[in-house]
Amino acid sequence: MSWQGKILRVNLNTHEITPEALNMEWARDYIGERGLGTKYLWENMDPKADAMAPDNVLIFATGPLTGTNASTSGRYAVITKSPLTGAIACSNSGGKFGAELKYAGFDLLLVEGRSEKPVYLLIEGDEISLAPAEKIWGKTVWETDEWIKKQHHNPMLKIATIGIAGERGARYASVVNDLHRAAGRSGVGTVMGSKNLKAVAVRGTGGVKVKDPKRFMTVTQEMKNLLAEHTGGLTKYGTNAMMDTMQEFGGLPTRNFQEVQFEGADKVDAKAMMKTDDTGHTNLLTNKACFGCTIACGRIAHIRQDHFTIQNRKEYWHASGGLEYETAFAFGPVIGVDDIDACTFAGYLMNEHGIDPISFGVTLAAAMELFEMGVITTEDTDGVSLNFGNAEALTVMAEKTGKQEGFGVMLGLGSRLMCEKYGHPELSMTVKGQEFAGYDSRALQGMGLGYATGNRGACHLKHDTFEADMDDQTGDGKADPCKTSQDWTAAVDSSGLCMFTMGAWGAPEFAAQLDADSEGDWTAERLMKSGERIWNLERLFNLAAGLTKADDTLPERLLKDPAPSGTAKGKVNELDKMLPEYYDLRGWSEEGVPTDDTLGRLGLG
Amino acid sequence: MQRSLHMEPSLCTGCLQCEMACSFEHEGEFIPARSRIRVFEFEHGRTSVPYTCTQCVEAWCMKACPTNAISIDSDLGAKLVSAQACVGCKACVSACPFGTIEFNPFSGKVDKCDLCGGDPQCVAACPTDAITYVDAGASGVGRMASAAKQSHHEAVS
Repeated sequence: MSWQGKILRVNLNTHEITPEALNMEWARDYIGERGLGTKYLWENMDPKADAMAPDNVLIFATGPLTGTNASTSGRYAVITKSPLTGAIACSNSGGKFGAELKYAGFDLLLVEGRSEKPVYLLIEGDEISLAPAEKIWGKTVWETDEWIKKQHHNPMLKIATIGIAGERGARYASVVNDLHRAAGRSGVGTVMGSKNLKAVAVRGTGGVKVKDPKRFMTVTQEMKNLLAEHTGGLTKYGTNAMMDTMQEFGGLPTRNFQEVQFEGADKVDAKAMMKTDDTGHTNLLTNKACFGCTIACGRIAHIRQDHFTIQNRKEYWHASGGLEYETAFAFGPVIGVDDIDACTFAGYLMNEHGIDPISFGVTLAAAMELFEMGVITTEDTDGVSLNFGNAEALTVMAEKTGKQEGFGVMLGLGSRLMCEKYGHPELSMTVKGQEFAGYDSRALQGMGLGYATGNRGACHLKHDTFEADMDDQTGDGKADPCKTSQDWTAAVDSSGLCMFTMGAWGAPEFAAQLDADSEGDWTAERLMKSGERIWNLERLFNLAAGLTKADDTLPERLLKDPAPSGTAKGKVNELDKMLPEYYDLRGWSEEGVPTDDTLGRLGLG
Repeated sequence: MQRSLHMEPSLCTGCLQCEMACSFEHEGEFIPARSRIRVFEFEHGRTSVPYTCTQCVEAWCMKACPTNAISIDSDLGAKLVSAQACVGCKACVSACPFGTIEFNPFSGKVDKCDLCGGDPQCVAACPTDAITYVDAGASGVGRMASAAKQSHHEAVS
């Protein structure tokens, strides 16, 4: 029921637009969103294809709970092959775009080929077309959003678009929807740019029906109540409350992971955002919900008008999306900057130009280390001193990367390629070419295993070993929670709901909602098995793309250089101990390949 | 006591649970495009403002209707549209100064807030009490009280 039963195939080579029936067998096995998108990707492309070639396929997928009144029901995911990692990419986002796509009647949008000229896809009710995008090619995300709404006299359109970075091939360009929500990681916006697809604009005038309306209304209300009991901190402080926890614990990657605690953390943390300064300015204005979300962890902030970044740029004097933990980490500790206004401005620039803040910040951190080592100089960096702690370097380089100008082109390659070019691959803080999030693998052992085995490279969102990691700082007993939470997160990411509910809802709570929503008998066991199937299919994609066991690793800095301070002082990550145990638990060979038994058990044989 | 919907934009997070509850109550599915309450966003989401029919006493929609399809529920004060009598001429849509009565192209009639028979579902669904159903004669009291509190702070500081 809560699948719409329809997908939209858009061929950019021929400009053919074809609605197709959703493959219900796949929907039952892969749920929706991340899982279903992965299945469609697997069936529609050769994993060996060049990520930037027309053969790559770009999928926007909603879940069966997207667009319902279950809390956090605004999620959609973008699935494709990543130009940053060469592995599968799966980035999900909130805002309102995903629900709107569902209301337009589609579970999934599949884009193939490459348009000769820039276009955008317009879905207004049942009128669907590819429109010329020459006038918005070269425009920012914010300009594009405004232009399309004006062009069609329709302020109700919800728009997902790339900025200049995606058009010009920066390898970690994002897809930004609703001005400041993003499918941020792995360069999904770069793929969109390579297809000459500037934006997808949707106005959905249809509805979403559920299987058992009465039961659904009861269960979603119970789940909202349960959620409210657990997420008050997230509502009040946002995700950046994590900064203090990591600082105290000694898991806060600082100055390109040379350190694990940052002396300026309290200047860029959640409390700093809420503090009123001596001029009466408070960074945080209000909190903000994505579609259907009763948590509302999003932040709306503004920058001091007399701050050096915007004092002569009135166009930035308005409010917009504020710092979350990962942006605060990527513009703060990891580059040694403690200027909250500069960090907030960098966040604006990421959304405006469509760049992943984590990859940008961690790439800049590597460039700063290269600069301090003397490997690069101001001659390479357009005259900007890339010292750790230089807030101006942050905002200048954010803009250059966004517009792909000067040294921003080098930063746009990502940390792995940039460090290789300068002959120092060991400085790249990446897995499979994707930059780390704000958790250090020496303090958080299971997090390290999750990073190393992540199907999209280093990523903090595809597993959750937090509790086990805080309890014990060795590699013991981490493989099991890592594997289980990877499978579980894959199921959550496929439902249409947000993983920030996971602290309140386990598998039975998700299953109860899905079972009242969608046909089929949904149980916790079935959800877990679906999650495991999805994880293994992503793995099969990566193996077919040419990745191997050798890619399941961490940078030497985390394996050999002990943490210099904090609770894990003297420790390194014990990956060599955890990885064989993890492969074994997964039912994979010593080479990290799923065995025939495993594939058969999951219906992947 | 007559009640009215009271909207407090400063409490609204823009989650749209109200739009889903409204459309579910009236259409049996989640279809925000047919919700009789709408949330509008300004300045990149700095404010989210819920908006619906204020149930004017001298209701221009009612006066404009050539078929007398709009009547008053005397208990609730709600203006109700009779689906039998409505001919979809949209005169009421033009007459309403707030735009809160809307033509539904699927039914060929107009839709507006009917206060759900006295149990507004948008109120029940709002997680932050940004929409409440209060004494119609005192819906401004909350804001008056916070202005008074401000004056108090100024007086004592």
